[in-house]
Amino acid sequence: MDQSSPPQEIQHQSVTFEERLTLDCGRHLNRFTIAYRCYGTLNADRSNAILICHALTGDQYVAEPNPETGKPGWWERVVGPGGPVDTNAYFVVCTNVLGGCMGTTGPRSPHEDHPGQPWGTDFPAVTINDMVRAQKRFIDHLGIEKLFAVVGGSMGGMQVLAWAAMYPEQVFAAVPVAAAAYHSAQNIAFHEIGRQAIAADPFFYGGRYWSEGVTPERGLAVARMTAHITYVSEAALTRKFGRKLQDAATLSELGERFEVESYLQYQGSSFVRRFDANSYLTITRAMDLFDLAAGHENGLADAFKGTRSRFLLVSFSSDCLFPTAQSRAIARALNHVAANVSFVEIKSDKGHDAFLLDEPDFHRTLRGFLSGCAEHAGLK
Amino acid sequence: MTTQKKMRLDLALIAGMIAPRSRVLDIGCSDGTLIDHLFRTLQCDARGLELDMDAVTQAVGFGLPVMQGDADTDLATYPDGAFDYVVLSRTLQAVEQPREVLRQMLRIGTHAIVSFPNFGHWSLRLQLLLNGRMPMTKTWSRMWYETPNIHPCTIQDFFQLCKADGYKVEQWLAADDEGARAPWRRFPALANLFGEQGLFLLRKA
Repeated sequence: MDQSSPPQEIQHQSVTFEERLTLDCGRHLNRFTIAYRCYGTLNADRSNAILICHALTGDQYVAEPNPETGKPGWWERVVGPGGPVDTNAYFVVCTNVLGGCMGTTGPRSPHEDHPGQPWGTDFPAVTINDMVRAQKRFIDHLGIEKLFAVVGGSMGGMQVLAWAAMYPEQVFAAVPVAAAAYHSAQNIAFHEIGRQAIAADPFFYGGRYWSEGVTPERGLAVARMTAHITYVSEAALTRKFGRKLQDAATLSELGERFEVESYLQYQGSSFVRRFDANSYLTITRAMDLFDLAAGHENGLADAFKGTRSRFLLVSFSSDCLFPTAQSRAIARALNHVAANVSFVEIKSDKGHDAFLLDEPDFHRTLRGFLSGCAEHAGLK
Repeated sequence: MTTQKKMRLDLALIAGMIAPRSRVLDIGCSDGTLIDHLFRTLQCDARGLELDMDAVTQAVGFGLPVMQGDADTDLATYPDGAFDYVVLSRTLQAVEQPREVLRQMLRIGTHAIVSFPNFGHWSLRLQLLLNGRMPMTKTWSRMWYETPNIHPCTIQDFFQLCKADGYKVEQWLAADDEGARAPWRRFPALANLFGEQGLFLLRKA
């Protein structure tokens, strides 16, 4: 029998739009749902809203415990009362991305043409721009004409860039963190390893695992493990684990393991409990397809022509996935159109994941930038 | 946002050359004191470019629009006429290609404001004459083999470069180290002897 949903279904706060959404691939969704969370208070003239965009495996639970995992919100260090994105001053919104599996329409949602079945691999290919179009509908729904800021890291940063390029008049300030204007060949290659691992899992059933009542856990875990290595730096792994062994003095038997191995396996196994394999395929593909300069004759700068938004670009020195050079290239493209751009590289040895971790310089920079923007926007 | 700090006198002299509500790029803006001042007192759209990442982080943390970058390479990324004023204070002598930087400044800006320590000051001349060694002063305080000031010039040299490259000197003055205005502005030769730094407002002729 069809099993269209995982064992425990949590009700996510959401709103459903009945107007058709046309996607970049040419297909459309006749209706779609956006799951979201809000923090803080929208002011009377609706001018203090900040949209937070989440990364590949993130969700809308930015600043509160995640109902699926019970763990703290993924950006509680940044978003909260008195935080760099201060919910006492700003109204903060975060939505689960289109294609996701935390309540927004994605491969696990009911198929439009086949009642009782999920979309599965039949879910249309979505792009970062599609995610942003869906978010835009939601922001319109809230009655917010202009976002004070759009902030996000990694894939969230891609969405920030897409917002700034697609809706420049609706974005006062844009903060892409640890991001890039396109996904590099190396990043696509890493994603492909993950996708192949999922496809190779015998429980994948060509993406129809839901109809068999199983999930391709091994494949998804391997995908997560591979990706995880690209999120952390060599220095961080060495500091945390070095060559330490798990429960053994020497590595004499095959069953014994290095600590880093069991750490990775933990990362993999905890991930499969909360993430849908088809969503992973959909979203990694969306990232791969991202290229902000595509379709612009004169390259990236054209994407920002005439922008009046204020930008803060942040990179981390040990990030190999979205290296500083990528952020600098965006900063230079913004210079080409004489945009208002701040750009810092934060010294950190924590790799790409640094944007999620305790990085006081980053937090100070973000807080200061937003507060400077608030002054220019007349919020203070 | 940053509280109003006491500004270096030479920055105050520079601010005095800038029209209210103009677009300004401050190259080598350090912690952004000048751009903060220009925004607060003259309502300028002032931005900064700074090489030192710690200074950039500090400036952005104050809410100032500053990007990390290098005068030698990053000016080429701005469009023609993006700014009304492009400021380079006490940095010309430290860039790799001063002539090219100046050319870029007057491409992306209508005006260039340049200040630099004057290597023609009498005390430097005297030291070289008497000791036969590279002069050392408060401004020129590092040994020749480790100084970042790789392109020292005199006020007369600078006049010469402006003439050669077709820049009109709209205003100029010599100042002492603190930035207090020196009284020799009518006489370049005297300014070159007694001014510790030169400050120029240029535009294309």
